[in-house]
Amino acid sequence: MFGLCDCNNFYASCEKLFKPALANRPVIVLSNNDGCVVARSREAKQLGIKMGVPAFQIQNEIRKHRIEVFSSNYALYGDMSARVMSTIRDMVPALEVYSIDECFVDLSGCGRFDLTEFGKDIKSRVAQYTGIAICVGIAPTKTLAKLANFAAKKWSATGGVVDLSDSVRQRKLLSLIPVDEIWGIGRQLTKRLNDIGIKSGLDFADTPAKLLRQQFSVVLERTHREINGESCIELEDAPPTKKQIVCSRAFGERVTIKRDMNLALAEHVSRACKKLRQEKQKARVISIFITTGHFSNDPVKYSQNRSAELTYPSDDTRDFLHLASLLLDAIWLDGPRYAKCGVMLMDFYDQSVVQGDLFAAAPVSNQLMSLVDRINSTGSGQISFASAIGSSSHAMRRERLSPAYTTKLSELPIAK
Amino acid sequence: MQIPIPLFSDTVAAGFPSPAQDYIEQNIDLNSLCIRHPAATFFVRAGGDSMIDIGIHSGDLLVVDRSIVATHGEVIVASLDGEFTVKELCIRPTTQLLPYNSKYAPIPLSDNSDFQVFGVVVHVIKNLRNRQVG
Repeated sequence: MFGLCDCNNFYASCEKLFKPALANRPVIVLSNNDGCVVARSREAKQLGIKMGVPAFQIQNEIRKHRIEVFSSNYALYGDMSARVMSTIRDMVPALEVYSIDECFVDLSGCGRFDLTEFGKDIKSRVAQYTGIAICVGIAPTKTLAKLANFAAKKWSATGGVVDLSDSVRQRKLLSLIPVDEIWGIGRQLTKRLNDIGIKSGLDFADTPAKLLRQQFSVVLERTHREINGESCIELEDAPPTKKQIVCSRAFGERVTIKRDMNLALAEHVSRACKKLRQEKQKARVISIFITTGHFSNDPVKYSQNRSAELTYPSDDTRDFLHLASLLLDAIWLDGPRYAKCGVMLMDFYDQSVVQGDLFAAAPVSNQLMSLVDRINSTGSGQISFASAIGSSSHAMRRERLSPAYTTKLSELPIAK
Repeated sequence: MQIPIPLFSDTVAAGFPSPAQDYIEQNIDLNSLCIRHPAATFFVRAGGDSMIDIGIHSGDLLVVDRSIVATHGEVIVASLDGEFTVKELCIRPTTQLLPYNSKYAPIPLSDNSDFQVFGVVVHVIKNLRNRQVG
């Protein structure tokens, strides 16, 4: 049995937690360089602010409704994410961080509990410990757990927890949702499925597997099996999302020597950067964690994470190797017998928005130059060097950055 | 940040040195002393003078544990009318926030109050060399 725990409006919730005056006010968070809306509070959603819309297009709405606007504060979100994950990890046998604001959990050992009640326990403990609201979806497969979470978020009468272990409930929910709400079914696939009459989730579930395998792919057939309650995707087996890349693995044998830890981290960094380049992305923020695990019998339990930012986004493995090694220096402790370490890359930039950083990046590579040339020759938009438009070459535009409330002594919240 | 400070488990013997004297048994770790629930512990800076009689002065570092349910008599950080405040939570006979400074009056709470507990203050960390000498 799987659970999917997903934070509600995560970035906006983090901002609200430390600014109580914003409790019931619309809040949005902008992407890097203050470009597009990447997170909205409930109130902002109700005002009709859409995800991904460029900030300059909604200037009127922002003024009219006095919407609070924040730049992405990755120090804050990274730290709050680690707190949420750690709180949940203490309650379940196994957990997979799927993205900065969601994780899959293994509930197979929890059969003696009423799973809905258990989901509510997780939800209320996370709220108590971290101040972050989450929704929990529970089901026999990951794909169904995703769907259960969707239902928990969409219908408030569920109390934020939906248990889909019963197949009658699975089919009822599937009949209510369009096929594109299913995890792994994107826009292209939806169009092709619609063309052959598969519109709802239930249509998809009732399509013969053979047809899917012949006309589509084994991947879609796997999704189909998952939707019908047969678990095919194990914990830690999922493809990375676009928002961040996580590479982590438990050690075969406990690690006690820093050099070994450095090697393991380096391997994760290399893999993460390779994935990054495959996704044609650059990242700016790296976070590492080392842990003895929470269920070990060891007397010394230790878990720590730390993040660092590059001045400019990069997909160069060497940049992140350097940072990872510095971060390990900061959090390494001799003594604990470490069971696991991991690396997360965050704050992604695709290649069309790297123009602010070309001057800061040491040698401007020919590849980048040819990219600039290509973009400029399309006529759809011009990119230029940041120095040419008068801003400091490597300073990110983050005009509405909130303090690092949880990670910097000089920026702590103040209570009178 | 963890600063290991060696703890000598033996008393210092006058005269003949004990063979166990320089055996270092463990480190004192202020983190483990002050932070029982790392995921739920936040640091908050004290401001103002409403709690000076309980020893909380402006600039002090408050270690706030959200995992503890606030009960009668706990010193808490809470949001009140959109601002964070540190006060003692009083539930009996009526719900109010108590300052520790005779210059300030208790703040009565009702169901309509814009009030929410942030967490329970478990430790106060002071820098005695930065205090104002009166």
